[in-house]
Amino acid sequence: MFENYLMPESASTIAPRVDALIWVLTGMSAFFFFAVVAALAFLAIKYRKGSDANRDLAHPDNDALEITWTVLPTILAVVMFVVSTAIFLQYRQIPEGASEIYVTGKQWMWKLQHPSGKREINSLHVPVGVPIKLTMTSEDVLHSFFVPAFRVKQDVLPGRYTTLWFEATKPGTYHLFCTEYCGTDHSRMIGSVTVLEQADYQRWLESDDSVMASNLTPGEALYAKHGCVTCHDGGDAARGPMLAGKYGTEETLNSGETIIIDDEYIRESIYNPQAKLVAGYAPLMPVFKNLINEEELFLLIEHIKSMEDTEASN
Amino acid sequence: MHTIAEAQRSAVFPEVNYLSARHTVASWLFTVDHKRIAMLYLVTISIMFALGGSFAALIRLELLTPAGDLLDSDTYNKVFTLHGVIMIFFFLIPSVPATIGNFLIPLMIGCKDLAFPRINLLSYYLYLLGATFAIIVLVRGGVDTGWTFYTPYSSTYAQTEVFYATMAAFAAGFSSILTGLNFIVTIHKMRAPGMSWFRMPLFVWAHYATSLIQILGTPVVAITLVLLATERIWGVGIFNPNIGGDPVLFQHLFWFYSHPAVYVMILPGMGVISEVITCFSRKRIFGYTFVAFSSLAIAVIGFLVWGHHMYVSGQSVFAGIVFSFITFLVAVPSAIKVFNWTATLYKGEITFEAPMIYAFGFMGLFLVGGLTGILLGSMGADVHFHDTYFVVAHFHYVMVGGMVMAFMCGLHFWWPKMTGRMYNETLGQISGILVFVGFNLTFMPQFLVGYLGMPRRYHVYSEEWQMLNVMSTLGATILGLGYILPAIYFPWSLFKGAPAGDNPWDAKGLEWETTSPPPTFNFDEENMPVVTEEAYAYVIERNTLGAR
Ligand code: HEC
Ligand SMILES: [Cu+2]
Ligand SMILES: [Cu+2]
Repeated sequence: MFENYLMPESASTIAPRVDALIWVLTGMSAFFFFAVVAALAFLAIKYRKGSDANRDLAHPDNDALEITWTVLPTILAVVMFVVSTAIFLQYRQIPEGASEIYVTGKQWMWKLQHPSGKREINSLHVPVGVPIKLTMTSEDVLHSFFVPAFRVKQDVLPGRYTTLWFEATKPGTYHLFCTEYCGTDHSRMIGSVTVLEQADYQRWLESDDSVMASNLTPGEALYAKHGCVTCHDGGDAARGPMLAGKYGTEETLNSGETIIIDDEYIRESIYNPQAKLVAGYAPLMPVFKNLINEEELFLLIEHIKSMEDTEASN
Repeated sequence: MHTIAEAQRSAVFPEVNYLSARHTVASWLFTVDHKRIAMLYLVTISIMFALGGSFAALIRLELLTPAGDLLDSDTYNKVFTLHGVIMIFFFLIPSVPATIGNFLIPLMIGCKDLAFPRINLLSYYLYLLGATFAIIVLVRGGVDTGWTFYTPYSSTYAQTEVFYATMAAFAAGFSSILTGLNFIVTIHKMRAPGMSWFRMPLFVWAHYATSLIQILGTPVVAITLVLLATERIWGVGIFNPNIGGDPVLFQHLFWFYSHPAVYVMILPGMGVISEVITCFSRKRIFGYTFVAFSSLAIAVIGFLVWGHHMYVSGQSVFAGIVFSFITFLVAVPSAIKVFNWTATLYKGEITFEAPMIYAFGFMGLFLVGGLTGILLGSMGADVHFHDTYFVVAHFHYVMVGGMVMAFMCGLHFWWPKMTGRMYNETLGQISGILVFVGFNLTFMPQFLVGYLGMPRRYHVYSEEWQMLNVMSTLGATILGLGYILPAIYFPWSLFKGAPAGDNPWDAKGLEWETTSPPPTFNFDEENMPVVTEEAYAYVIERNTLGAR
């Protein structure tokens, strides 16, 4: 039972590494702490008033000692820094081919969307042993996505995408918390992450109650509804660039710059199309800022990506 | 060697002193005497501490159970916000500098007053103005942004008294700037003949470093709060991305001040410890120059580490790495101080009066606070710890375990000088021990519960954390008792305390060479002090030591 009071559950590939780091740093700190406290106690007792300790030459300043206890901690600090940073970089290296889930935070709930278009609120189902990448944004204030058992946390910002990845190692249900104060029900902006065996996950994906009757995915439906098709289908009448197969490729802007077409860029193209114009095209694309919310945006992005898939397989 | 008891038996309360100079209320409210202003501050910040403390009590009571049963969530959010705002801007930042520092700096360097006595009074009234705004916030229903005022919640979404709260911090900030300015000029220009820079008590060095931070850092937070108010009132897009702003910019500006402010809240305390440790071990400080320069190093390097609050905020990985590296380095000067204090005990003649008990308590608690800071400075570990109770425990160890302990330590040490009266020594020792034990019981469990994943600012929490929270509340009760005791025996001593005599601790330093309480112009005006020896010229009188 004690482990519940000392160690949080550990259920991701990075968790044991972070724990190791934490315990090494704690061990080092404890060593310093006990060394200084022992020295304080020893000196305080030995040299208490009235004791018969030797007090000859009671005023030594000792530069060698000063330099030692300046240089040694500095070296130790640099070593700790290097180790800590190495672990942090693992947090930021998103593995190739991680499966992508989109997260929208809003006062006071988490909305999550799977690649298939399946959506959940305040609960996330993921398969064990597969790297998962979360792309996250907020519809209002700052939030922060925290799963203690995975040792992962990332702030979620309005107007921007932030990412986070993990690979779960143990089936089970774990806490999900918002850790950036966001108003009244901040402490109720919680949920759960359920890690399933891969087969169970597939079954869960398919067993769906919420998938709509229509044969369009929600992203496709939006794409049609907002008329994106009319300008972006690559046909003769199209006034905008062909989008299928473009995700992840390079695009030349009319400023001469080149950029990679990623989530953040697509978001900008839809919310603020005039900010970056594709070379050779007129600024004709309408501003969808007030027509499409963050969640729908994720659906559109997902759809634009999937158009790549069909192109490639053709 | 005369003992404390002997020194006191012969002590009489001086006829002429700054307290007895004049008795009218106006003579207090319009005083320009740094000692009287220090006393005004002392009374005011004590009230604010009690107010902030009662909010803490509400928080701990609410967290006894996982459900939100005592307060509703909006109220809870206001309570922790007010606890933070009041404790930080109205207690911790002015705590040592505006009271003990204000009182002692002119005495310690041997002059009649601060360089700008009227500005000193102005700074008190600005503080009072800020405190009034804080009270207005309270009366109008509170504020719920957290003391960090993160945007866009504070600038757009919060429905509470954000404007008055920023004005409160703004006014208190200017008070702090003026105090810092006054100290710097005073220390440069008004030292007594013979008081060279390296003969100054380390308390004065610490305040010099603190003042630098106050005058360089505080204007930045002031302008940040103005920008926040501008966005909130006129909808000018600065921090809210929906109107073209950047919420992370706010965090950069905020922490650019608020990290160095952490050192405003600890450096003066370190100054106190240097004075007390030397006095009660009858020793020169070990490594004077190292301790002095470590204060400056902390002040300078402390300006370059603010991004360690933002590893998961969306700031770039590269920025995070640079901030983390400098954060590891800033730990070194603090370590140097601790090592030197420890070495000062070597071959000393140590006694354990109340101030010394507090000083030992400070060292234990500050060590824990500093060392856990290393875990938070580490990017790999901070991803997990950020915004959990681990952080709450860490900064309470530094701010309360460090600064409040040091404040109490200094108050006990210089109380006889400030008031001319001795407090009850036994009660002083008991309160020191109660505070130490209660504090650890309150905040040690919070490290654990943070590691287990309990986020900060949570009104309701998961059941498995209840036991640790109950321990914490229990500890807070003991801690509260430890603070209530001095609130009784200090005022009591004003009326019933034995006269202290000029130098009850047989301490070194110019402040002990005048009467207790000192006269209005600090020293005998015909006979201003001249300094002929280094600081802490304590000698151990061997013949009192018995056989060796
Ligand atoms: C009226 C025609 C029109 C409509 C409707 C339209 N777009 Fe566009 N879009 C354009 C044009 C023209 C450009 C190229 C100029 C630019 O970059 O703004 C463009 C550019 C883009 C780009 C950047 C492509 C690249 O290769 O860099 C994306 C992504 C995009 N649109 C998505 C959408 C989506 C999603 C919708 C539906 C919500 C949509 N567009 C609706 C005309 C349109
Ligand atoms: Cu939240
Ligand atoms: Cu900081």
